[in-house]
Amino acid sequence: MGVKLEARGVTVHYRRRRSEDHFLAVDRADLEVGEGEFVCIVGPSGCGKTTFLNAVDGLLPLTGGSLVLDGRAITGPGPDRALVFQQPSLLPWRTVLGNVIYGVELRGAITGAEARERAQRHIELVGLKGFEDSFPSELSGGMQQRVNLARALTTDPEVLLLDEPFGALDAQTRETMQLELLRIWNQTRKTAIFITHDIVEAVYLADRVIVFTARPGRVKMSVPIGLPRPRDLRIKREPRFLEYELKIWESIREEVMRSNDMEERVA
Amino acid sequence: MAVTDRATTRVAPRSGTIVEPAPVLAVPKPDTWFKRNESKVIGTISVTTFLVLWQSLGFVRAAWPQGIVLGGLKLAVPPTLFLPVPSEVILAFRDLVQGGELAQDVAVSLQEFAIGYVLAVVVGVLLGLGIGWYRRFSYAVDPFITFFYATPRIVLLPLLIIWFGIGIWSKIAVVFLGAFFAIVINTAAGVRNLDANLIKVARSFGATDLQLFRTIALPGSVPFVLTGLRLGIGHALVGVVVGELVAAQHGIGRLMAIAGSTFQSDKVFAGLIIIASAGMLTTLLLQRLERRYEAWRPRAN
Repeated sequence: MGVKLEARGVTVHYRRRRSEDHFLAVDRADLEVGEGEFVCIVGPSGCGKTTFLNAVDGLLPLTGGSLVLDGRAITGPGPDRALVFQQPSLLPWRTVLGNVIYGVELRGAITGAEARERAQRHIELVGLKGFEDSFPSELSGGMQQRVNLARALTTDPEVLLLDEPFGALDAQTRETMQLELLRIWNQTRKTAIFITHDIVEAVYLADRVIVFTARPGRVKMSVPIGLPRPRDLRIKREPRFLEYELKIWESIREEVMRSNDMEERVA
Repeated sequence: MAVTDRATTRVAPRSGTIVEPAPVLAVPKPDTWFKRNESKVIGTISVTTFLVLWQSLGFVRAAWPQGIVLGGLKLAVPPTLFLPVPSEVILAFRDLVQGGELAQDVAVSLQEFAIGYVLAVVVGVLLGLGIGWYRRFSYAVDPFITFFYATPRIVLLPLLIIWFGIGIWSKIAVVFLGAFFAIVINTAAGVRNLDANLIKVARSFGATDLQLFRTIALPGSVPFVLTGLRLGIGHALVGVVVGELVAAQHGIGRLMAIAGSTFQSDKVFAGLIIIASAGMLTTLLLQRLERRYEAWRPRAN
């Protein structure tokens, strides 16, 4: 398995609104993601995991270190990556088809009937056949996230970046979406980086779970998940699964305690 | 065997003991005709009642021209000079139509309104998009917009009349200035208040500035633009009438001014109704347009 993405000492400062100072969101994060690997990043809330993902997408400039994808440094958004957003972020005035096609339309690599055909295929893949002409306001939260996912997949990226895409969904819908995501991923086997705060979700989906430290975010631990695929939802009840879950939970808890201590000392 | 068992138990209640069917709760009844047209029915009744009451003042006036004496009080309906009743307004309207000048007055006012408003829409929307999109441009233009928006544009009339004369162009100018600022300000606000998430989506998929403008800024600001257009109509109509009141050769406002200074209240009312109808008609057309462009809006229950 070749290395797809290599993060070396990735550092990102964030400029806070209404103030001059920059705060450190990600501090010298090192990470390697293999070709076709599914990596989940977990960590205490506000630890900079979303910031890290945005940097990989090219939306945020690095203030230190390097991000290299297929041997080329990442300097901005590119057709080799596609982001599935935390919020569905759909264009409300476009139909499902119009939204799914939006990514390829901007990229401009394929157009017209070919683009429509590809969008249609991905609408079917995420299980939205029959809803092509619906507007986002007519869809449930879960269906909107399917559109969000289809939009990214339609651009046929080499690396799929997912920023807590199921975080806002109810528990049942979230499990359904996890199952669906694995089904889709099994068909494409694209490299995937998935951000979540849900440990169960991370262990269920990933080949490897990365634990970030409390802010500023840094890689604390890397846990390869040796569970066989395809994974049924029942796997979440198995002792091996629970062992992974506990290990990661303890690691995150340590971070949460540490950051609470720090805040108390500051206060 | 089991089948017969089940069959008998099912039949038994019907032949023997009394089993009341469970009351069906809360089956929604289909809306009655009244329910569906409630707002229109009540609206029509209230307007009709108002017109009838107003008209009946005329009958009271005809029956007791000297007023009604109640003890030490004398109650009299004001004369036509002050308050014409609907039938008198209709007669005045007929006289105006037959007099032949109304058509020209309407044509002139309409021309002033149409040219001024369309100019305001074209310039206002384009400039509004520019102001919303280019931050530095907005810094340069904002002081002027704030100054003029805070000033009632009607006070510029004397100046506009000096510049453009008392023909239609001074009125076109004042209509333009009236509608323009509402349109510019709303359009710019529409572009400025774009959903940050959508901008991030566009950027993430590699949108150029032009693509971002075309696919996010333009459609995203449509609701704001339409609001600006609707507000602009009111300002534009004020411009037409007040402009003509001050100085004009023809027009509804001019007609009302002459009728007013010669105590022909019925004609003033006739002019008022023409202006009000024009405003309502344009607003209605605009609402149609809004509905067409907002098929995607979530519908409130």
